[in-house]
Amino acid sequence: MKPNDVILHSVTKVAVFIILTFSIYLFFGGHHNPGGGFIGGLSVASGLVLLYLTFDIETVRRNIPVDFKKVAAFGVLIAIFTGASSLLFDKPFLNQAYGYFNLPIFGKTELATAVIFDVGVALAVIGTAVTIILSISEDG
Amino acid sequence: MINFLILPLLIPFLTGILLIFFARNVVIQRWITAFSAFFNVIIAFMLVQKVRNDGIQTLDVSSWQAPFGITLVSDMLSALLVLTTTIIAFTSVIYSFRSIGIEREKYFYYPALNFLIVGVIGAFTTGDIFNLFVFFEVLLMASYVLLVLGGTKIQLRETIKYILVNVISSALFVIAVAYLYSVVGTLNMAHISVRLSELGQSGLITVIAVLFLIVFGLKGGIFPLYFWLPGSYYAPPAPVMAMFGALLTKVGVYAIMRTYTLFFIHDTGYTHQLLMILTIITIIVGVIGAIAFSDIKKIIIYNIIVAVGVILFGVSVMTPDSLAGSVFYLIHDMIIKAGLFLLIGIIIAITGTSDLRKISGLIKRYPGLGWAFFLAALVLAGIPPFSGFVGKVLIVKGGFESEHYWGAGIVLASSLLVLFSIMKIFINGFWGTPQDYKGEDKVPVRKLLIAPVILVTISVLYGAGSEFIFPYISQAAETLANPGIYIDAVLKEW
Repeated sequence: MKPNDVILHSVTKVAVFIILTFSIYLFFGGHHNPGGGFIGGLSVASGLVLLYLTFDIETVRRNIPVDFKKVAAFGVLIAIFTGASSLLFDKPFLNQAYGYFNLPIFGKTELATAVIFDVGVALAVIGTAVTIILSISEDG
Repeated sequence: MINFLILPLLIPFLTGILLIFFARNVVIQRWITAFSAFFNVIIAFMLVQKVRNDGIQTLDVSSWQAPFGITLVSDMLSALLVLTTTIIAFTSVIYSFRSIGIEREKYFYYPALNFLIVGVIGAFTTGDIFNLFVFFEVLLMASYVLLVLGGTKIQLRETIKYILVNVISSALFVIAVAYLYSVVGTLNMAHISVRLSELGQSGLITVIAVLFLIVFGLKGGIFPLYFWLPGSYYAPPAPVMAMFGALLTKVGVYAIMRTYTLFFIHDTGYTHQLLMILTIITIIVGVIGAIAFSDIKKIIIYNIIVAVGVILFGVSVMTPDSLAGSVFYLIHDMIIKAGLFLLIGIIIAITGTSDLRKISGLIKRYPGLGWAFFLAALVLAGIPPFSGFVGKVLIVKGGFESEHYWGAGIVLASSLLVLFSIMKIFINGFWGTPQDYKGEDKVPVRKLLIAPVILVTISVLYGAGSEFIFPYISQAAETLANPGIYIDAVLKEW
């Protein structure tokens, strides 16, 4: 008899949203509170792993059709380019630029290039973690 | 441009990442890697010229002033080593095209190779002790991948050993940095040196010095800590072996040179004496191994250990001459070891074995290979017009001047035995009756020969033009002998 895991499926569908929201919160909180790219990326990856555990790999891959090796590489690429962009302005490598902007909804907001670097870190962490999980779960 | 010294590091890094996107297309991977490796040689050469003309280059990454941020420092020693590294990387890359096999190339061989170069160049360039640890890890992770890639039985077995040893030594490295940080409260290498000279050398600092010697000795393969090296370097294919033999142990050697000339210079009686005893035993052990084996890979591998001993003997003597000799010999040894590994890679590809007793008469059919190997052997042993000579003369001179007759005598005697071990390969393998080997016609010997011939030519020129090169070497040795130059360059207006 095929096991019926409808409860697991229903709970996962809700829980994944909470996990992903929380990881984005962690990610953006990194500058002033505990959090940041690494922990944010890792919790996104844990949300994805929960999806893989609940549904089978093929289903998730159909719905999230990305190659996570390339996600990791793309993340590192972003991080390098954030660092290397300061070469164009003749500033030392990895120089951080920041400023205060009046955004429509958020009001006065501090925007820093360190966030872009963190996006790179987060993508690299997500890509690496999911790649590890996927490659040890597959046969051969 | 203030960021110039980071370019040799940034170019392979960017290349490695880009190559991940072209994982399936081997031809594009080869072109991109070869082009960027060649470009990097030119950049590194310009960096050497810049350091020669303008003095030590420093870069405070992300605009934080020297002791507080990470500083990258390119003095003459590190610039020369970066140049040597890029040359070896370029030749290993063009050798890989014909030898490594399409299966490995599809599974991220070139990205791993580029990351290895990032780690090595980063370790040579950094001016921060913890950043040095990070770059060690970068190069070690890449070397794990390169060692295991292919997944043959011997590779899997040796990778387990190699990872185990390096994880332990990295943990020791962290512990050593933690101790040092708790004593001096800083991680910037120049600032550590200043703090240590204010403190004077207490017993605790001597303990930390020995701990660093253990850590870097494990990475670099000095006497009681070399046990993992012969097995691990035996496993991978020739171009990987060339990079391991030429670069990885030398990073450990460089780290010992740096720490023992910049940090622990206030009580040299104990630490440098210890280093000297260990290096002499290292030379003896390496020579015994090189003579004992009749396996060509093992002979060259034990020659690495001899060279590590010789270089570090020059460091332990600490006279200006011996330091210059060490720098000269270090660069010579990196180039010629890479060349020798690539040459024996060709021999193994032709004969299908590394057992010397099953090989003979190669020179009849492969005269180019034979004479290239002969030249490389003379260069390695240090026959006068070639490059091994100048370095060893300076080291021996330094040893005699400071009245370490035994050590200097052993360095001299080791040359003879090194020559014997390498000529054993030449005489048994290349002379004698020619044999037919299975599958030798498939080996593209001429194309494979390009890379080692470049390396042997460079090392011959390096020896013949030592008059021209020596100002660079002595500038490097001056910084080592006089750490004040390094400190002033990093900590401006301190």
